[in-house]
Amino acid sequence: MFDIFVIPFCLGVLALLVISVIKYYNWIKGFDRRQQMLVRKNILSWKFVPAIWEMIRECLLHWRITKHNVLLGYMHRSLAFGWFLLIAVGAVQAAVAFPGGHHLYMAIFFNYFEPRTPDMAHTHAMDTIATVMDVLLLYVFSGLSLAILKKLWSKPLGMKRTTRHNVTDRVAKFALWCIFPLRLLAEGATSAIYHNGGFLVAGLGSVMESIGLDNGILEYNLWLLYSLALGVFFTLMPFTRYMHIFTEVFLIYFRQLGLRDSDKKNGYTLFELSACSRCGICIDGCPINRELGVTDIQGVYLLQAIRNKDVLNKANDIANMCMVCGRCSTECPVGIDLEPIRRQVRNEQVSSIDHPDGYQYLKSVHHFNAVGRVAYFGGCMSHLTPGITEAMEKIFMAAGQSYWFMDKEGTMCCGRPLMQQGMVRQAEALRDLNKRVIKKSNATMLVTSCPICYQTFVKDYKLNIPVIHHSQYIDMLINEGRIKVKNGGQRVTYHDPCELGRGCGVYDEPRHVVASAANLVATEEEREKSLCCGYNLGNIHIDSEQQKLIRDAALRNLLAPNPDMIATACPMCKKAMTRGSDIPVSDIAEIVACNLVDS
Amino acid sequence: MNKFGFKISTPRSIDLDNGDRRLYDELVATVPSYRYCIGCGGCTATCSAGQFTDFNIRKTHFLFSRRQYDKLSTELLPEADLNKCMLCGKCSLVCPRGVNTRGLIVEMRMLLNNK
Ligand code: SF4
Ligand code: SF4
Ligand code: SF4
Ligand code: SF4
Repeated sequence: MFDIFVIPFCLGVLALLVISVIKYYNWIKGFDRRQQMLVRKNILSWKFVPAIWEMIRECLLHWRITKHNVLLGYMHRSLAFGWFLLIAVGAVQAAVAFPGGHHLYMAIFFNYFEPRTPDMAHTHAMDTIATVMDVLLLYVFSGLSLAILKKLWSKPLGMKRTTRHNVTDRVAKFALWCIFPLRLLAEGATSAIYHNGGFLVAGLGSVMESIGLDNGILEYNLWLLYSLALGVFFTLMPFTRYMHIFTEVFLIYFRQLGLRDSDKKNGYTLFELSACSRCGICIDGCPINRELGVTDIQGVYLLQAIRNKDVLNKANDIANMCMVCGRCSTECPVGIDLEPIRRQVRNEQVSSIDHPDGYQYLKSVHHFNAVGRVAYFGGCMSHLTPGITEAMEKIFMAAGQSYWFMDKEGTMCCGRPLMQQGMVRQAEALRDLNKRVIKKSNATMLVTSCPICYQTFVKDYKLNIPVIHHSQYIDMLINEGRIKVKNGGQRVTYHDPCELGRGCGVYDEPRHVVASAANLVATEEEREKSLCCGYNLGNIHIDSEQQKLIRDAALRNLLAPNPDMIATACPMCKKAMTRGSDIPVSDIAEIVACNLVDS
Repeated sequence: MNKFGFKISTPRSIDLDNGDRRLYDELVATVPSYRYCIGCGGCTATCSAGQFTDFNIRKTHFLFSRRQYDKLSTELLPEADLNKCMLCGKCSLVCPRGVNTRGLIVEMRMLLNNK
């Protein structure tokens, strides 16, 4: 069986197939050597099991979006999972109905071909499948209505701002929105003539029959329009955000194989760019949006600007305006790691000045008096908040721990601020110098007070000794009974530093520490949702007035429960907030040092 | 001449109108907060790189603002070797005028590099 109206659909599928294969092939070819090695090494490993589970959970059921907002999750799920089931059950339906084999389009336009096939098997099972198909269609329609509601009024779906899309995206979206109503109408028209279909289609069919439409002509035109809508959507798909539907599957797989971004934009980045569904979930939480009202620099627009190469300068501005607070990356339901992508853009801008040979002077400045087994790295910022380093020394002594205060004589930076600005070669040079010293010292553990340093020590240094933040270290000392702390009785709110919380996932240890020396009070926006203090080193373009606005928002959240004191675990946050707060701001090390009891 | 116990120094006055404003203008366009600098030297006093070397961030941006770009070559003036800066951010945090010194440093390096 064939009819000319199926051609737009067939061409669309063909275009989609050819373009996607070419694209994906080129992107995979564009992986760097490390990424290719990982693919080769892991492709046949058990890692496909968690990958498939994640694909089902995220691509079909949209679990992470559901956690963000139940209704939004339902919308995405009913469209993705509903359509998937329509295709799957439709394939079964066609296989049952045409046991002698059939063309792909006969499954897609089943209700048109079914009554016209003379030797069609018509069984009880067929009626059940038809009913199931109608239920599924209703399911998809419920999602579609929510999508339209979101366009008009996004608040019930948990979003203050939605993404501004470009023209191709809007055309594709229109085609997508037309697909399901057209399908129902076409099926209804066929049913008006042949009385087939489930309760929904047959119901619509009898209505169409009773109002005396010329269903013969109407039917054919509706099927043609349906086919056209499908064809347009599939052809446009590779050039629009809807490509994320397939790309996310690949991205999940590669991520499970262990692939991560490299320093330069390459094939893996292209997978990430294309996996972004432009859902816009990354927009609302961003402090640059909330406090400065800048609504066009968030993850979604960064990826969009890189994708549309013609506006590269826009990508530069967008990447530069960000605080690198990490909020958008933790909220992104696709799990796109936006920080390295931003770094790639920044790196392109500064590559001409990324000279790694300026730090030779550091070779001669380290004084080895490494008697202690624990190396303590205060970090540059702790030198501006000497209360923290003094408190740490007091705690080391109270615990009877011999230690080596690595940067006591002067600060050598950890290199992360350079990384954040895209100066990857300079950062690497600094890392190598610091690594040399740490190795030579024979320390068995590295403790750092600065979450910025902590993040890079953990993620970039690849040291062969454990690295922990002082919050974890103090928590360990308390648990092991090596120091005793009394509760000072103050009401304290705790500020999660971006780099420690979202950056490294350390949320609980600092809370344990605060709770052992004071009464910890929860705040509205904490843990993953914590607000940036505004002084994060990730941004070198923001001015101090803007920083203050961001800081004040974080302070409002921390001051809301009327605490006696604010605690944090980052010298930078402490310094930033002390300047804007009427009540004291202390590092957890200082709070503990004040409340030590001699045992 | 020596017997008078003094020598005549070459005048050190700088006529700002004669300098090439272009680079400086570009600098303050990108880092507007630099206009508020009072030359206090807080940045140099705290500078991480300055603790170990004679790198002098205040002197460097001061010469830049005086259009003395020629002096800012590393060979002539080791104090102005911006490659030594680690972008650690201490200078920004201590600056009493809220100058975005890190932005200033990166921008100066870009401008001098492309000069
Ligand atoms: S980056 Fe993530 S959160 Fe932002 S629009 Fe894309 S998929 Fe959504
Ligand atoms: S990292 Fe933070 S500041 Fe940057 S875009 Fe994301 S949420 Fe906004
Ligand atoms: S600390 Fe600030 S005001 Fe003082 S010299 Fe440095 S940049 Fe200028
Ligand atoms: S950012 Fe550079 S100039 Fe500023 S204190 Fe650090 S090393 Fe010195």
